[in-house]
Amino acid sequence: MAARTASVHKIKHHYGPGFVIWTIFKYFTLILVSFTSVLPIVSCVITAFKSKTEYQNTNVMQLPKVWKISNFAEAFQVANMGRAFLNSLIILIFVLIGSILIGTSLAYALNRFKFVGNGLIRNLFTFAALLPAIAMQVSTYAIMSNLHLINHLYGYIFLMMGTDVISIYIFIQYSRSTGTSCCRS
Amino acid sequence: MSSAAATAPAKKSFWKSRRGQQITVIIAFTIIPVFLLMLFTYYPFAEMVKFSFYKMRYVGKRVFVGWDNYKEIFRRDDISGSLVLCLYYMVGAIVQIFLALYFATILSMKVKCGKLFKGLIFFPYLINGIAIGFIFKFFYTRGFVLDTVLHAFGIPMSALPYWLKDKAVNNWSLVYSSVWRYMGQNMVLFIGAIMSVDSSLYEAAALDGANNWQKFKYIILPSIKTIVTLNIILSITGSLSAFEAPYVITGGNNGTGTFFVVMDKVAHTSQKVGLASAMAVFLLCIIFIATIIQKLLFKYIFRNANADDESLDAKKAKQKARKAAAKAAAKGGM
Repeated sequence: MAARTASVHKIKHHYGPGFVIWTIFKYFTLILVSFTSVLPIVSCVITAFKSKTEYQNTNVMQLPKVWKISNFAEAFQVANMGRAFLNSLIILIFVLIGSILIGTSLAYALNRFKFVGNGLIRNLFTFAALLPAIAMQVSTYAIMSNLHLINHLYGYIFLMMGTDVISIYIFIQYSRSTGTSCCRS
Repeated sequence: MSSAAATAPAKKSFWKSRRGQQITVIIAFTIIPVFLLMLFTYYPFAEMVKFSFYKMRYVGKRVFVGWDNYKEIFRRDDISGSLVLCLYYMVGAIVQIFLALYFATILSMKVKCGKLFKGLIFFPYLINGIAIGFIFKFFYTRGFVLDTVLHAFGIPMSALPYWLKDKAVNNWSLVYSSVWRYMGQNMVLFIGAIMSVDSSLYEAAALDGANNWQKFKYIILPSIKTIVTLNIILSITGSLSAFEAPYVITGGNNGTGTFFVVMDKVAHTSQKVGLASAMAVFLLCIIFIATIIQKLLFKYIFRNANADDESLDAKKAKQKARKAAAKAAAKGGM
């Protein structure tokens, strides 16, 4: 026992000049990138609190002397944010419920059962995930207007539920990891 | 089960049997998602291919024109010019992957305030693309954020270009906004992959006296090959379909309109639905071909790398031994 404790000693680090330069460079790049990552946002936040005259007269990066909150109230009214948030909430609830129900049931069926179309359906979803949504907009617009779903909230909800292929992918991955033992018992 | 069979000797209907129930469940569970997928992805795709052969608007008569729309893609300067712009985004994507790898490696080792740096760098990815567009519109305006910061470093105002108007730099400005947004997400993915490397490998390497650069080259790089190649493929596809940044920040003016921005203008402003569909199908084919080429290329480059921790010579020796054994078995069998 005594011999073992005697042989354990701390490793001494020799900090050569190369190490110091590397450390300085490392932290310098980290700080630089973090700074550039938040700079655009910070400038927006600062400007959001300035009044019009102060905004025209001062440097963009200077903190406002008076923190004017009325800009937010004005933006809320002019942009009709109340209605916009309500719409977002409605869409969120319905798309979430629909997407989860559909996605999990599909993942369950694809993972538990062997049937003829299993591989085909998987490949259909994989290929669909590759297609960028923007490319489809031209004809999707035509189809939606034929179904009279344009300019309605439920049209958008329906579209969101149908094009959410990534979430189905994720559900398939997760259901692979859930064991079948609980179902058997 | 046997008691059930004893008390119910009559044959159960097919739909109540195990297989029948399975089939009911399968059909019930898969019919809605597959129907939605068909309706919103494959049916538009088929319709788009059909539209591309017609000269048409959204409502009104359609005239069949065959391959004319595709020929027009190459004839029109604005469309074929916009294809070249994706090269800028590809360069940006490569820079992005290098930066992400560099920061992922640094941040997966012990660094002071590591979590803070990770959070700050990942933060841009969480913001909506359109909001980012407006933030950068503000960022690049003459005399505003970027100019002020550079001025503070001593660069005189007269030397600074008009970031969004000057044709020499405006595409790079847009590419920067894209790199700014996605570098954090790439970095976090790489960190996840680096963390999944067995830590005993690092200890073994440290015992053998490897410094950080050697650890990176021989342990980290081989283990995260798959995710790096996946990211490269996704970046190339992404740069071909770049849309949000140019659309929101410059509206595609001053020579920044990428392919999809021009397609959107053609479809909704000029109402040339046939031409727009042809453009979309054309780009989808390019993306498809590019993905296949990349997959084959990476399969070729990494053809010997099935097991991550075997050296190439060991693998070759194994293969030789296997072939010799197979030959011997065949000879012995005869």
